[in-house]
Amino acid sequence: MAAIYSLYIINKSGGLIFYKDYGIQGRMDTNDSLRLASLWHSMHAISQQLSPIPGCSGIELLEADTFDLHCFQSLTGTKFFVVSEPGTQNMENLLKHIYELYTDYVLKNPFYEMEMPIRCELFDINLAQAIQKDRVSYLGR
Amino acid sequence: MAPAVPRSGDAIFANVERVNAELFTLTYGAIVRQLLTDLEEVEEVNKQLDQMGYNIGIRLIDEFLAKSNVTRCVDFRETAEVIAKVGFKMFLGVTASVTNWDTEGTCCSLILEDNPLVDFVELPDTCQGLYYCNILSGVVRGALEMVSMKTEVTWVRDMLRGDDAFELQVKLLKQIPEEYPYKDDE
Repeated sequence: MAAIYSLYIINKSGGLIFYKDYGIQGRMDTNDSLRLASLWHSMHAISQQLSPIPGCSGIELLEADTFDLHCFQSLTGTKFFVVSEPGTQNMENLLKHIYELYTDYVLKNPFYEMEMPIRCELFDINLAQAIQKDRVSYLGR
Repeated sequence: MAPAVPRSGDAIFANVERVNAELFTLTYGAIVRQLLTDLEEVEEVNKQLDQMGYNIGIRLIDEFLAKSNVTRCVDFRETAEVIAKVGFKMFLGVTASVTNWDTEGTCCSLILEDNPLVDFVELPDTCQGLYYCNILSGVVRGALEMVSMKTEVTWVRDMLRGDDAFELQVKLLKQIPEEYPYKDDE
């Protein structure tokens, strides 16, 4: 039983720079993940414009029958979102933690090119640990 | 604005990993020295330091936002305060004060009385035009650019040049709106 299906990171121009799936459910091939990322980017932008509340920062949670999509956008425009089992709690904190890992292990890597796909092993390792921890605390509940 | 915005970086500073201050100061000194050897012209070194700072700033801003929990600032005045009180504390271990506001609220000075970068530095006669800490101006400029503020950052006072403090002038040139470039009805 997996709480989180997959994780996406999109740069400020809407390009998918990181995708990882966890478990068998909701797995996507490269084309579909790219499509979902750019679709989400546009939907997020449209939601900001459609919102009746001025200064809205876009969709944070999309609830569907078979999954929840939690999204966090940093003030610099990078979006992090996880697709998870419906009703999964505490995703805001996980996304925030992933953002911190991204600043530490991606942005501080001098050989990482900004806005480009993320290929950083340290990030992968630390991310796996964070997800694992989240899963353990989820099962323990 | 949200009341959760930290007014000082002390708590964050206490939690982040730190290095020995001397190692930091000496490493920076070695970089500046090497640049002077490589580029020969003091003007070029100033430019290079600013560019290096910019490259740091555009990445550093995300760490700042991730770890400080600051939310969107309402205006440039708040931005300047947050940089001085939270930003400088978090990354440099010192705080700056904000003064010399112009009437429009788009230009101000950050005053640093303590600056760990210059702990052992004396400028020789051959480097009089050097802005030794020019990396800092680049960092501020780069960081603000990533949160859609175009700024111009210049040194007004420099203790290495005999002034009584470090004064960094930050001038807001323009605020790029964050809206997507939608052209409705076109």
